[in-house]
Amino acid sequence: MKLQRHGTLACLALTATLALSACGSDNNEAASPSASGSSAAVDCATGTLNAQGSSAQKNAMAEWIKAYQQKCQGTTINYEPSGSGAGIQAFIAGTADFAGSDSALKEEEQPKADAKCVTGKAINLPMVIGPVAVAYNLTGVENLQLKPATLAKIFAGKVTKWDDAAIKADNPGATLPATTIQTVHRSDSSGTTDNFTDFLAKTSEADWTFGKAKEWKAPGGTGAKGSDGVASRVKGAQGTIGYMEWSFAENAGLGIAKIGNGAGEFAELTAESAGKTIAGAEITGQGDDLKMKIDYNTKEAGAYPIVLVTYEIACSKGIAADKLPLVKSFLGYTASSAGQSALTELGYAPLPETVRTKVEAAVKNLS
Amino acid sequence: MGESPPRSADAGTGGTRVTQSHDGPAGASARVAEAPVSTRTPGGAGLGGGGALPRARAFGAERAFRGLTLAAGTAVLVIIAAIAVFLIAKAVPALRANTVNFWTFEGWFPNDPEPKFGIGALAFGTVLSSVIALLLAVPVALGIALYLSHYAPRRLGTALGFLIDLLAAVPSVVFGLWGRDYFSGPVADFSAWLNTYFSWIPIFGGDGPFGASILLGSLVLAIMVLPIITSLSREVFLQTPTANEEAALALGATRWEMLRTAVLPYGRPGIIAAVMLGLGRALGETIALALTLGITFNISVNLIENGGNTIAANIANAFGEANETGRGALIASGLVLFAITLIVNITARAIIYRRREFTESAA
Repeated sequence: MKLQRHGTLACLALTATLALSACGSDNNEAASPSASGSSAAVDCATGTLNAQGSSAQKNAMAEWIKAYQQKCQGTTINYEPSGSGAGIQAFIAGTADFAGSDSALKEEEQPKADAKCVTGKAINLPMVIGPVAVAYNLTGVENLQLKPATLAKIFAGKVTKWDDAAIKADNPGATLPATTIQTVHRSDSSGTTDNFTDFLAKTSEADWTFGKAKEWKAPGGTGAKGSDGVASRVKGAQGTIGYMEWSFAENAGLGIAKIGNGAGEFAELTAESAGKTIAGAEITGQGDDLKMKIDYNTKEAGAYPIVLVTYEIACSKGIAADKLPLVKSFLGYTASSAGQSALTELGYAPLPETVRTKVEAAVKNLS
Repeated sequence: MGESPPRSADAGTGGTRVTQSHDGPAGASARVAEAPVSTRTPGGAGLGGGGALPRARAFGAERAFRGLTLAAGTAVLVIIAAIAVFLIAKAVPALRANTVNFWTFEGWFPNDPEPKFGIGALAFGTVLSSVIALLLAVPVALGIALYLSHYAPRRLGTALGFLIDLLAAVPSVVFGLWGRDYFSGPVADFSAWLNTYFSWIPIFGGDGPFGASILLGSLVLAIMVLPIITSLSREVFLQTPTANEEAALALGATRWEMLRTAVLPYGRPGIIAAVMLGLGRALGETIALALTLGITFNISVNLIENGGNTIAANIANAFGEANETGRGALIASGLVLFAITLIVNITARAIIYRRREFTESAA
């Protein structure tokens, strides 16, 4: 009797917290009905999943795991944001049931990962889209617009003053101060840096000679650890500019620059504009492997070009029988429209419908 | 290491205890008073038989205990050797793959197809930030310790000592975040001020940006090592034989002269040991520096411009996305840090050893 009462109390408390957290943000409210509506589609499985990898999808995973475990009692899903490299290592070593990664499996990693999958092979499932924001702190300047070439010059240290001719040309009519530009980059190796430098290398070869890498290679600038570190440093000083995951720029209340795309217009960063770039991306993987190649010079009208695609890496076949239902069920949920729309509030962009349906189909084929 | 002098000193004061007990500070004489009593009372514990030797069973226990301690001692050596072998085995392939000079190259890109990484700038930054942290922390820490042990009312001293120890329990990530989000602003302003008036000194030169600098990292480190140095040296100062202190006072020394002639020389080995422990923490500090420094790979003595990097901070930054070579390279950097720490420790031991001989012969 007493136990039951406690149970009721706990239920009440849980409902209360749920209701409260739903009230916390308007987008969540919009998302929850659709989430509960599709809960019939999530066929729950029980057991424990251990996954690890990319820290760029940490918040997305946390949200999904919370939502999934609420729907499906008795499941435990752990996601350790240890970094893409560590995640793939763990997947190869067999300690992770699936891995989160900022980049698709590399050629040298593919055979090792395939060996884990008995008869099948390891496939890349694009799941979380994280736009990279270029945020700045410059009093009196709103709606900063930057062409990729200008951005490359700033981060390469070739443009050092805010009133440089290159920046003026991108922002006709804006009054720019004559202060020094302080660039802030990631000091830890990260997929965000990898994507940002890839973007600069692909769109402005002439001005960006440092190639693409997870480590920052350009001279000068200040390093900061993690997107939160970059956001904090940009916020802390005037005249700074840095790149970071979208949600951190939003949370810090920083100004976000509009970036020039291949169509010759300056695109504002929104979930839709980021999704347009993904929709136009080419899928280079075969079969259910949905490895993508993003065209940073996208000609798509209104597309925001600096977008990070992170993957879940799982076996197409040969998943242990006791894990299979849960892997399929969980990844099925994350690829559902309810799962994707739950992310917008967290600073991610949902997968465009064309890509999402492919991912959903690929998850159904897992065996 | 610092324990043998106090014991002989206590024995010395034991004899004079009776004459001075009426005005001796409570702590010192109370400790002295306990010792003689405790040697007298356990007499009845089992020596009743007129000094007959215990049976062989005791020798069995004796031998077993000896074996246990020997095993424990050997285990330490075996573990250290195993760690060393493992680290070297991991580091060597990475060092072989390195396409540039490991000691002089300024940068850390071991994950590239052509790995390039160098330890020079990191080792320099590690030593520089730690040394500056100590320069800032040691005078303050000794001041606090002397105040707590010899000036503060006893109750206040205990309370303050407790607070200082509490500071040591704060996780370093908290210091790091505080330094990054709040302390960097004032430090940036202070740096700009230094730069305006003292830019003719190279360490305060440069033209910005300021804030996320070696100075910020060292200040945060200084706050972190402060409690260690303070509480250790406070303990050492409290151990000073009352007789020495009172002898100094009796000869007409002022408080300060008494501290200088009796307390500080007596505590010197202890102070050095405390400073070395603090230095050990500063050298190995990881996350606080990874958060506060501006992370650049160049050797520069400029303290106020954004920049600086240390071996441990670099490991924290680079480990997450490192590949096989990358991890090997980080392990190699760890070995260098190990070597630096070892050198520092050996130097400290040598100093303490020499000092102890000096103080003993002087006494």
